[in-house]
Amino acid sequence: MEILKPAVAGTLESSDCMVTVEPGAGQIDLDLTSSVIRQFGPQIRKVIAETLDRLEVTDARVTVVDKGALDCTIKARVEAAVFRSNGIKQNIPWGGAIK
Amino acid sequence: MINAVGREIPDEILKLTGKEPFQGNHYKEGVPFRRYAPIIRPVMNNEHSKLVKDIHEALVRCKAHNGMTVSFHHHFREGDLVVNMVMEEIHKMGLKNITLAATSLGKAHDPLVPMIEDGTITSIQASGVRGKIGEAISHGKLKNLAIMRSHGGRVRSLVTGETKVDIAFIGAPTADEYGNLRGVGGKNNCGVLSFSHVDGDCAEYVVAITDTLVPFPNFPAHISMTKVDYVCVVDAIGIAEKIATGAAKPTTDQRKLMMAEYCTQVVVNTPYFKDGFSYQTGVGGASIASTISLTKIMEERGIKMGFGVGGLTKPMCDLLDKGLVRVLLDTQAFDVDAVTNVLNPAHHRITAGAYANPFNKGAFVNKLDYVILASLEVDVHFNCNVVVGSDGIITGAQGGHPDTAQGAKCTIVICPLLQGRIPAICSEVTTVTTPGESVDIVVTDYGVAVNPNRPDLLEALEKADCVPLKTIEQLRDEAYAITGVPNPVEFGDRIVGIIEARDGTIMDVVREIKD
Amino acid sequence: MNPALNPNKKRLRRSMMFLNAQKPGLIKDPYVYGPDSIMLDLEDAVAMKEKDAARYSLFHALREINYRGVERVVRINGLDSDMWEEDIRCSVAGGCDSIRIPKTETAEDVKRVEAVVEASELQYGREPGSVLIMAALESAKGVLNALEICEASPRLFGIALSGGDYTKDLQTVITGTGVELMGARQHMIIAARAAGVQCFDTVWTNLNDMEGFRKDVETIKAMGFDGKSIINPRQIPIVHDIYTPTQKEIIFAEKVVKEIDEKSAQGIGVFTVDGKMIDIAFYDGAKRTLMLAKAAGKYKGNL
Repeated sequence: MEILKPAVAGTLESSDCMVTVEPGAGQIDLDLTSSVIRQFGPQIRKVIAETLDRLEVTDARVTVVDKGALDCTIKARVEAAVFRSNGIKQNIPWGGAIK
Repeated sequence: MINAVGREIPDEILKLTGKEPFQGNHYKEGVPFRRYAPIIRPVMNNEHSKLVKDIHEALVRCKAHNGMTVSFHHHFREGDLVVNMVMEEIHKMGLKNITLAATSLGKAHDPLVPMIEDGTITSIQASGVRGKIGEAISHGKLKNLAIMRSHGGRVRSLVTGETKVDIAFIGAPTADEYGNLRGVGGKNNCGVLSFSHVDGDCAEYVVAITDTLVPFPNFPAHISMTKVDYVCVVDAIGIAEKIATGAAKPTTDQRKLMMAEYCTQVVVNTPYFKDGFSYQTGVGGASIASTISLTKIMEERGIKMGFGVGGLTKPMCDLLDKGLVRVLLDTQAFDVDAVTNVLNPAHHRITAGAYANPFNKGAFVNKLDYVILASLEVDVHFNCNVVVGSDGIITGAQGGHPDTAQGAKCTIVICPLLQGRIPAICSEVTTVTTPGESVDIVVTDYGVAVNPNRPDLLEALEKADCVPLKTIEQLRDEAYAITGVPNPVEFGDRIVGIIEARDGTIMDVVREIKD
Repeated sequence: MNPALNPNKKRLRRSMMFLNAQKPGLIKDPYVYGPDSIMLDLEDAVAMKEKDAARYSLFHALREINYRGVERVVRINGLDSDMWEEDIRCSVAGGCDSIRIPKTETAEDVKRVEAVVEASELQYGREPGSVLIMAALESAKGVLNALEICEASPRLFGIALSGGDYTKDLQTVITGTGVELMGARQHMIIAARAAGVQCFDTVWTNLNDMEGFRKDVETIKAMGFDGKSIINPRQIPIVHDIYTPTQKEIIFAEKVVKEIDEKSAQGIGVFTVDGKMIDIAFYDGAKRTLMLAKAAGKYKGNL
């Protein structure tokens, strides 16, 4: 998917994360801050990268502010932000690109 | 060298501190020592005045100098103004290489960070540090090692002369001009002055700082004029509402209530729960809720407590008012109710030494049946960490944790399985403060684990069938299944602090955080 | 699978806890509180602008969080919205156990949902008939149609009263006395029992009045309700406490089940417990008593 317009999903509450996607400069640029970066930084990066990969997003600026979200929440917020940037709210590929 | 809790204590640290690695709780049992005594300057002249006009004069009279050690108590907690006030004056005088030996340091002392950076303060000894000072130490800004020691361990370090205090500053809610000090009767009351007794006994100079001068004699004195050199009156020693907060409202968080219920069930179904039992608990929501539900069962079964000890809160004082405990032994008052309850004749003040000093001929903690504690982390060896956050930054204090855990017959640690994404039950704690051999039962929201070295307690709880029993490894696995396995925090090579065991040996080291 | 025979239709549902599907902190481990069911909410709890985000959150929670046997119901958006069909697709694909229909008024409402559930099972490879349905009645019309709603689908395991909207429809308010809910409660439990499905009561929202809550639960238990919708985990122990049989009831139930099982096996049709004649009609009730006792940890037998 292309990132058509800037979009945000998630909150800064504990156990959540806020994901912002913006049109990129030819690749994925990830800016990650996390309250658990020392323990889970690599794992969080991996989950974000895999989620973007499934959604075939290859060109985006992605900003994630994490407050100790579990992997399932990180995926959900990335997906919500990407689909929002495309204005898609129906016929989501559950179990396909979303899994 | 690997110590008894499996922690590597580098030789250079052993050499630098002259200390031994931790070798088990009973290593120093019965080992004789001579108690340290300070130099005293007698006062016989009946016209001698102890009043000084300001802190500067006190410092001058006490011969403040580069490299000296100054001490403070933390009875004013986050409402403390005394430490900053004195350190500012020391800073203004341009003194360097000061050792700050406080009973504990908190966020109220954030303003001291620049003094750490400019070399005014080069050593810190405390139960622990919260806030910006903790961050500064973890980032390697303190020149020398920070020493974190328990309340009992601090008394030991003073009475053995390991720590020699040049000037002790005792913030006193009330004082007379001759240095009789009390924790009550003033504008900023803290109830008791338990932590400062040892300073009165062991410091070379003792300066009382008060904002409420009362007529002589300020009696009964909590700390006697016989120990005090000077009295300094200032505008305010603290901020009352931050010293003793209103009693915490009982928690409505079901998770805490569940842990409290498990804890209460553990207490009432283990063999020490009988008339005359002894008990200490903390100030966390679950601890307080547990005291409240325990009270109900005590009333139902007609069981009374022999003594309650430690930092006290309203629910413990309520026990006294209901006649459900014979005596309360108070080392610090956490809320306004506890501060005023000190006036009850069965509510006794005790010194931090009587409470927890392992080098006494016996301390109150040795007589505890139950202690209820909290912990930042507990590992599968039952080691607890209450000082260093899971992110590697110093953020807490030992307090009486290792003292009571060792002393009590049944040590219960309440700890939610997860703190956000951080598993609190883990394979190895970041830093060991209390050894697993002292910890008997861990209560989490996911179940209760009993230390395998206490088959008697396990059997009692299995028989009672009152809580979901799990092994500590099961709890750890459950936590990791939810969060993923955390990476160990990466530290730099430099050691910035040590966690001292009660007996003065080294429990663990704290390394500089890597950015 | 024939949905009517789905064993989960009759499972224990004393406590059904609402959780905002959009709040990670709430949905990550509600099972520690021990509710029988959680109701992951896409409807009222979720702000309009977060409806899309809530589904991703729901989907991954259903897929990845081990809810340890707690039933996972999803409350979808109303059939008058353009969201409910996507809600069902997301829930079924994620692996939910049941769908809760809000504002149900007719059997037709249930059938519309049933059709999308059925299609989704097919689309996402779920076993046909595995996803159950419950219907919330939130209006005078819905309450009056309770029986036809209960009988609308073999997937339907029960109906629940939703008191907030219902009392607005009646032009009254929740008073805390229960007087405004009397008719609906009585009518619904009768309809549910006539149709052989379960019946659940509305939420109690005043968390400062736990005594009132306790009385409310005692009332609906006495009326025959299977359980209560709840909004805070603090309410769970109270509900479970009230739904826990007494030791006397458990012992009696055990005797009834034993007696009827043994005598029936011998071909005897006359049953006595403690010297008194009992009839076969005692059997289901005694079984239910033992199930409730087991759930409360008060019965360790194998009947």
